Amino acid sequence: MNIVVLIKQVPDTWSERKLSDGDKTLDRASSDAVLDEINERAVEEALKIKEAGDAEVTILTAGPDRATDAIRKALSMGADKAVHVNDEAIHGSDAIATAKVLAKAIGTVGDVDLVLAGNEATDGRSGAMAGMLGELLGWPSLTHANELTVENGTAKAKRETDEGTSDLEASLPAVVSVGEKINEPRYPSFKGIMAAKKKPVTTLGIADLGLDASEVGLAGSLVQVDSFAPRPPKSGGQKVEDEGDGGAKIAEYLVGQKLI
Amino acid sequence: MAVDRLLPTDEARALIELTREVADKELATRVDDHERGDGTYPEGLFRTLGETGLLGLPYPEEYGGGAQPYEVYLQVLEELAARWATVAVTTSVHGLACFPVATFGTEEQKQEWLPRMLAGELVGGYSLSEPHAGSDAAALRCRAEKDDDGDYRITGEKAWITHGGKADFYALFARTGEGSRGVTCFLAPGHTEGLTFGRPEEKMGLHAVPTTSATWDGGLLSADRRIGDEGQGLPIAFAALDSGRLGIAACAVGLAQAALDAAVDYANERQTFGKRIVDHQGLGFVLADMAAAVDSARATYLDAARRKDAGVPYSRQASVAKLVATDAAMKVTTDAVQVFGGAGYTRDFPVERYMREAKIMQIFEGTNQIQRLVISRHFAR
Ligand SMILES: Cc1cc2nc3c(=O)[nH]c(=O)nc-3n(C[C@H](O)[C@H](O)[C@H](O)COP(=O)(O)OP(=O)(O)OC[C@H]3O[C@@H](n4cnc5c(N)ncnc54)[C@H](O)[C@@H]3O)c2cc1C
Ligand SMILES: Cc1cc2nc3c(=O)[nH]c(=O)nc-3n(C[C@H](O)[C@H](O)[C@H](O)COP(=O)(O)OP(=O)(O)OC[C@H]3O[C@@H](n4cnc5c(N)ncnc54)[C@H](O)[C@@H]3O)c2cc1C
Repeated sequence: MNIVVLIKQVPDTWSERKLSDGDKTLDRASSDAVLDEINERAVEEALKIKEAGDAEVTILTAGPDRATDAIRKALSMGADKAVHVNDEAIHGSDAIATAKVLAKAIGTVGDVDLVLAGNEATDGRSGAMAGMLGELLGWPSLTHANELTVENGTAKAKRETDEGTSDLEASLPAVVSVGEKINEPRYPSFKGIMAAKKKPVTTLGIADLGLDASEVGLAGSLVQVDSFAPRPPKSGGQKVEDEGDGGAKIAEYLVGQKLI
Repeated sequence: MAVDRLLPTDEARALIELTREVADKELATRVDDHERGDGTYPEGLFRTLGETGLLGLPYPEEYGGGAQPYEVYLQVLEELAARWATVAVTTSVHGLACFPVATFGTEEQKQEWLPRMLAGELVGGYSLSEPHAGSDAAALRCRAEKDDDGDYRITGEKAWITHGGKADFYALFARTGEGSRGVTCFLAPGHTEGLTFGRPEEKMGLHAVPTTSATWDGGLLSADRRIGDEGQGLPIAFAALDSGRLGIAACAVGLAQAALDAAVDYANERQTFGKRIVDHQGLGFVLADMAAAVDSARATYLDAARRKDAGVPYSRQASVAKLVATDAAMKVTTDAVQVFGGAGYTRDFPVERYMREAKIMQIFEGTNQIQRLVISRHFAR
């Protein structure tokens, strides 16, 4: 079985996240970059499949130079090899342009049976990649999986969203995006860290993928961010004087907010 | 703030990063619940530490170790201790318990036990002390009597065993003869007929790991559990303690660093007389002295570690490191409580715990009086 796991390096959610004033894209230099936790879960799920049977796990990311740190982490958890699409031209790609790049890059890995992704990245948050990739590759796309079994050429997933759960089944090859509850990712081990250094990482530019600079990046995107504003700081809130009816007033407020 | 460490290799840098990740997630989030709780650490914790490779760092790769120099291993311990001293101490003691097999064991003994020990499947304790023989370890009385099959029957009282009753094995020291050449080292299983443990001591700190006595009532150890020769026990015990003392020095520095960090954060927030207390020179200088104590203690244990790594004698330097680092930890943690004022004396902040934990560092693996004894013996011509 040939599994590709899509990973993304994102600004650490604890650090201050900024967009750059110039082209309104993410200012990656201003914050610590980490492997998105949801992607650790995707890697974990791939490793579980590998450990239960036989699989080769390839990590795939489109990102700048320092995305190599995220790749290293995924490899030290136990993935076998990686493809790093790193090209200045990709900078500013919207979700569709990103999906085009990733679809082409998946094509370089050979006969892929399963693509695993996070359901939503903590920075871009479009939650669209798995769906878009399914469309571009012509494969079924199972999203928000909180349980996954892959056997006999089919993938079965429990899809869990705020609306409820449903059981999905599709034949391979397929794209699956995983949810927060699918598993607890392992830590890399010290041995894994040492082994990761020797694992192959293929770096590709868009030319290697048969893409032209006009198809990706700010130029090739349908969506561009043209202005932004930081979320306003939390206001002082509403003060309730307790005149013996504090409890009732709090309940009233919560009802007003539709919280109870 | 993370300590800016000078590390010898990229590999070591990655290791420290891994340690911080594991320690932040597994230790820092749980330390208070467990130190205030029922005297246990979380189920499976040492397995996790073993799986990530943190339990076997100074031992050879062929047995599943990390083949790291002491200079690096000790800084890992320091990072653990800064989050949770109990776990760091227990890890250090585990390393101490592995030492006899790893250093004096036969090839078969190493093959048989080391991989599981270093992976955290078997977690170890160290059983040298007895009720009347702590500082004077050579006065130990617990007996190992050889029977006709060449196996050993153990009879006697052991004391102060970190991880007692819970560990999977113990490096046990018992008498097969008289005098300082009459002690032998064994690898005792944690559960065996004729071995019982006392009620855990009610301690000032390190609440999440039991410290117990043990009674051996004719428990049988097969001949293959003897480590080294008969009579080689005390040299093995003291060689183990030389490296163990470095572990305790590193734990003490981690603790002191955590106390300093907490104090610096607080001093930047707390205001009195219209300014932050860090801006009162009298308090700023307290912080400066704390930082000087932490840095110099770290430099001292790293010097001893580098000597060990270089294969030159380091026993005196290990004792100096243990003495300097644990006294520094006592002073720095006490001062941290002072920086917090009344708040420091409460359990709302971690510094009171640090102060309680620092005290034991001056006592076990040779009290600081005994360290002075070791150091001064090097001067007697
Ligand atoms: C503030 C901001 C606003 C944006 N708004 C829009 C918008 O409105 N419309 C739009 O089309 N684009 C938008 N983008 C761009 C979009 O975020 C990027 O194109 C991004 O690369 C893909 O979308 P995502 O991160 O939202 O992915 P999601 O679909 O949320 O990510 C799901 C999963 O897809 C995989 N994945 C995502 N990106 C990569 C990658 N580069 N390499 C490998 N795997 C990956 C990961 O497994 C990830 O967990 C915006 C970006 C920012 C920073
Ligand atoms: C929490 C805890 C965990 C422990 N874990 C372990 C363990 O895992 N394994 C193990 O084997 N032991 C362990 N110990 C035992 C510890 O190593 C001893 O307590 C320590 O060595 C001191 O011995 P003692 O308690 O018998 O004190 P004593 O030897 O009775 O000392 C009492 C005092 O006299 C001083 N003193 C003694 N002799 C001299 C001298 N010659 N010159 C000057 N001063 C002297 C000492 O410094 C001390 O201040 C542990 C102890 C504690 C409290």
